[in-house]
Amino acid sequence: MEDYFRQYGLVAIFSVIALALPLTMLILSWLARYVRIRPYKPNPTKYSTYECGMEAVGGRWLRFHVGYYTFALLFVVFDVLAVFIYPWAIGLGGLGLVALGQMLVFIAILLVGWLYAWRKGALEWK
Amino acid sequence: MGELLAGNSIYRNVYIWVEGLLPTGWQWVAYFVAGFTIMFLLLNAFLVLTMVYTYMERRVLGRFQGRLGPNRVGPFGILQPVADAIKLLTKEDIVPAVADRWVFNLAPVVFFVPTVLVLGVVPFGQNSFLADLNVGILYVLALSSVSTLAVFMAGWASANRFALFGSMRAVATLISYELPVLLSMGGVLMLVGSMSLVRIVEGQRIPFLLLQPLAFLVFLAGISAELNRAPFDMVEAESELVSGFNTEYSGMKYGLFALAEFGNVLVAGAIMSVVFLKGWEGPVLPSHLWFLLKVFFFAFIFVWVRATLPRLRIDQMMGFAWKFLFPLSLVNLVVTGAEVAVWPEATTAQLWVMAVINWVVAIVGVVVFSRLVRQRPTQPEVRVFSSAAPSGAR
Repeated sequence: MEDYFRQYGLVAIFSVIALALPLTMLILSWLARYVRIRPYKPNPTKYSTYECGMEAVGGRWLRFHVGYYTFALLFVVFDVLAVFIYPWAIGLGGLGLVALGQMLVFIAILLVGWLYAWRKGALEWK
Repeated sequence: MGELLAGNSIYRNVYIWVEGLLPTGWQWVAYFVAGFTIMFLLLNAFLVLTMVYTYMERRVLGRFQGRLGPNRVGPFGILQPVADAIKLLTKEDIVPAVADRWVFNLAPVVFFVPTVLVLGVVPFGQNSFLADLNVGILYVLALSSVSTLAVFMAGWASANRFALFGSMRAVATLISYELPVLLSMGGVLMLVGSMSLVRIVEGQRIPFLLLQPLAFLVFLAGISAELNRAPFDMVEAESELVSGFNTEYSGMKYGLFALAEFGNVLVAGAIMSVVFLKGWEGPVLPSHLWFLLKVFFFAFIFVWVRATLPRLRIDQMMGFAWKFLFPLSLVNLVVTGAEVAVWPEATTAQLWVMAVINWVVAIVGVVVFSRLVRQRPTQPEVRVFSSAAPSGAR
């Protein structure tokens, strides 16, 4: 049991190092400005929004297509399926046919929802 | 030291050596030193191999396209990645004046960290891993979805149209392809009965590439979309979105994005070789070398696909995920579930029968579903834009 936590301890240390690595790179590249390895010549044109050489017109943040929301909703619904399937999949070897039948019912219910979404055109990108 | 970690040969050797140098009561130092040794190995291998891979990708892509690829810096151009790194370090770092500065600077870090963290559970050789978590696959898949957040942070904080469109597309793609990827892993988990990556390697009497062809197909397609690789690289479709979510990035911040993106290919190759190709196991050659060969085999497949297939349109891409990959992954789940429920303790002969059934199901499934969702060419829609309406880019 103690060993179990030691493994997670290693992952925790690793995550600190993984975070430190890109931060160090960024800080080093920021410091490089002061030792003149990297140029720093501010200029208002340079800091304007890139728009293929034209001046940016209109607001900075645009409206976007409603289709993205439909897909996000669908994703949430079916991601729950995956959440339930994982523990079931691991235990299936010991649970046998009854567990399989129960999951088939669950999948069938969600499939009805999926077909409904398809019929309603929610899976089309318009 | 404990039982679980004693199975880890690098950890065990370093631990015993350091413990011998220390008085009693200082074992925690040995724990840290042993852990750091493996982390040091992992990180250096990751960075060096990513550089090797960027060189390999450009050279191989050059061959595919009938040109030479980078061949000026050093013999055969092998120092090209080093030159690129120096170039990125010495470039001026531009943050647009209107950008959300904090989120803008944080996005590359958030993009990079999960890539590295996934390495923590990958068994890169016999008895070699940092941690053999019993939730390995879940850990890997959970971390791989963090990059969605980073892409959106980058796109939103840039306050640039191309970046915002790129990141919106990225989020739509990533969440759509996440689902088939998650479900395709289900069949593997059933056959092994564990999420630990070490157990998955040891549980493969037949490589799961043969036993789970449909899962492999779905996983390969889904993971290429999650890695923003061709043919699913709508996110940074350079012909329409300049460079997508990282349009405004330059210098080391762009370098981090590029590094993580190329590194992700290797990490995905590592996960696929563990799950589908018996990981480190193989005859004659040492286990670490086998693992590397398999990783680069998958990396080569990614390059090959990129060189061969044209980019999809976004409607084709969403249709592919929801109408083709999603039902196929469910079919695979149900068929494998039935097989495992009937033969909980399958012998090798029964596994071969399963493999044959799965191949038949895979071929029939792919043919049937590809006919079902085939998109017929339609008359192009003529659109008239009025000056009041926002333009039609999505």
